[in-house]
Amino acid sequence: MPVRKVMKANEAAAWAAKLAKPKVIAAFPITPSTLVPEKISEFVANGELDAEFIKVESEHSAISACVGASAAGVRTFTATASQGLALMHEVLFIAAGMRLPIVIAVGNRALSAPINIWNDWQDSISERDTGWLQFYAENNQEALDLILAAFKVAEDERVLLPAMVGFDAFILTHTVEPVEIPDQEAVDEFLGEYEPKHAYLDPSRPITQGTLAFPAHYMEARYTVWEANENARKVIDEVFAEFEKKFGRKYSKIEEYRTDDADIILITMGSLAGTVKEYVDALREKGVKVGAAKITVYRPFPMDEIREIAGKAKVLAILEKDVTFSVGGALFQDVSRTLINEEEKPKVIDFILGLGGRDVTFENLDEVLSISKKALDGEKVDEVNWIGLRKEIL
Amino acid sequence: MAVRKPPITTREYWAPGHAACAGCGPAILMKLATKAFSEAMEEKYGDPNAFAIAHATGCMEVVSAVFPYTAWKAPWIHVAFENAAAAASGVDAAWKKLGRKGKILVFGGDGGTADIGLQALSGMLERRHNAVYIMYDNEAYMNTGIQRSSSTPYGAWTTTSPPGKYSIGEDKPKKWVALIAAAHQIPYVATATIGNAFDVITKVKKAAKVDGPAFIQVLATCPTGWKSPLEKTVEIARLAAETGVWPLFEIENGDFHNIKIQPPGGGAKVKREGGRVVAIEFKKPIEEYLKLQGRFKHLFRKPEAIDQLREQIKAMWKVLGVEVTLPKPEE
Repeated sequence: MPVRKVMKANEAAAWAAKLAKPKVIAAFPITPSTLVPEKISEFVANGELDAEFIKVESEHSAISACVGASAAGVRTFTATASQGLALMHEVLFIAAGMRLPIVIAVGNRALSAPINIWNDWQDSISERDTGWLQFYAENNQEALDLILAAFKVAEDERVLLPAMVGFDAFILTHTVEPVEIPDQEAVDEFLGEYEPKHAYLDPSRPITQGTLAFPAHYMEARYTVWEANENARKVIDEVFAEFEKKFGRKYSKIEEYRTDDADIILITMGSLAGTVKEYVDALREKGVKVGAAKITVYRPFPMDEIREIAGKAKVLAILEKDVTFSVGGALFQDVSRTLINEEEKPKVIDFILGLGGRDVTFENLDEVLSISKKALDGEKVDEVNWIGLRKEIL
Repeated sequence: MAVRKPPITTREYWAPGHAACAGCGPAILMKLATKAFSEAMEEKYGDPNAFAIAHATGCMEVVSAVFPYTAWKAPWIHVAFENAAAAASGVDAAWKKLGRKGKILVFGGDGGTADIGLQALSGMLERRHNAVYIMYDNEAYMNTGIQRSSSTPYGAWTTTSPPGKYSIGEDKPKKWVALIAAAHQIPYVATATIGNAFDVITKVKKAAKVDGPAFIQVLATCPTGWKSPLEKTVEIARLAAETGVWPLFEIENGDFHNIKIQPPGGGAKVKREGGRVVAIEFKKPIEEYLKLQGRFKHLFRKPEAIDQLREQIKAMWKVLGVEVTLPKPEE
């Protein structure tokens, strides 16, 4: 029987790792993710998880050791955040290019400077072009569930790409919520044992991994990463469907919330989706035709689903905790790109908010709504809006 | 007819057809080290193939694994420049969990080891992974076009340490990674040169047979970067030891009081006290080593720079507890 326990998202991630039974974990402590390797250390120390835990000297080595282990043919896991993920950056490309299904739990945190340990998504958003699959959790249960799903998708032969699962620093990493821990048996059935068919360092069948490619081959290698990302769209749907069957919790690449007959749809990710849903409920009480959409899978970017949502509303308000300088936010770009060739498209307005752990309040969302309404009424508004910015201290 | 047993296995792990330059010293090392490693694996685990190779980015990686070809007949992985030791740590951990008997052989050049990869190397050694790290030291960043590394010796020309009106060439003494490795108190640390194949074989086998990590720093001539005659690759590497430029030693378990200094050859007189080498009187002047290499050519116009190099070499030997006499060439 599954058990319900009250736990932080960091613990939920460690539990997911325990249930997935990786053979090698390599991690370096970093706030806010430290509890993940700590908890896993306990599992290993108590014999509850039969794995090698490499206590590496940096995140760069953490991911490098994961690449070595995954290339040797075992399931591999690590956790990090912010500067740690940035330090891994170089090797993230390599893990994807070598098609190694490593899973990283990311406690989404702002990047320096100034140093800041609180939540935004700039760390994993900055890694969006590495080829990794990206999932974002709304709550602690999702942190656990999505890590399990991530392993399954990553290891699918049609995909074979690494995956990261983000959950918001402190808002989730350090906040306790009831989380249902699935049965080990059910997880074993769901995931199965990882058996490498393409990456193994086995003396009885020697292969060369991580070669140099001349211009005659590099582009094709990159294309296979593209192709694998494309394949992942379908595989994710299948895995989510199987997950629901097995564990009873339903996931989709984008979760729609009260979008029918909505004029304005607020699109966001992570824990902010929870706040936005509450806000939508409050507004619907007042008869405002507003809905929400939560992006659970950010890479591959769910373009078909976005187009479907776009067909329902006149304004899409993108709420995001990241910046792509001079353009707006990454999500804004992705949504805009998705709609660029549509005959009829809603207005897309970007809202950058909650950076570095600043609370996103209903007052902030009122501001978002007010700008969105103006856009709805045909008024000209800024495409990029910084919400909650303290202009008086600039 | 009597057939002599070959001194080393005829098994090949470094296949012909790789793209290394003619006269490449590191290529010789790849061949020797893998053969020696294989013999050690056979003796230790009963399986000559019980190893995998992790390679740092560098000239030997670039010339040996050009897709769709490979020069490697052993399982082999390259990840990036600075993380061969970390990748090897992961492979070691995976093998442990898979119950696979064997050991990881790591190759890194001097740049990938002494500079950018030093942290990962330290981590691998400190965590006691079952891996042998061989630093092939050609004393510069060779595959990017001969830039200085911290392992480049004093006075050497490189493209980033060019001699000029205000420069003698590289102006810092060489960094000795073997001593840094030994400070981790790992089971086995050694230096060698490709000028003595049997010594390389002996040391690699010894390193491969210990339980836990080992480190070997091997001088490997680079004719392209050193501007030296192709056919003198081995001779130059041997001269490095014979003139005192390259000390040959072994340190076990970080016991610096018990450094095993090897006789350098070349007619050097070795003085021992209680079995321990305390002094070496070299017969061949370092000029004999330097003059065969274009990278030191400019030094001969500034003999005081060669004297400076001599002093640095003496200081290095002093760290090893050995007083050396380095002769000047006869006028």
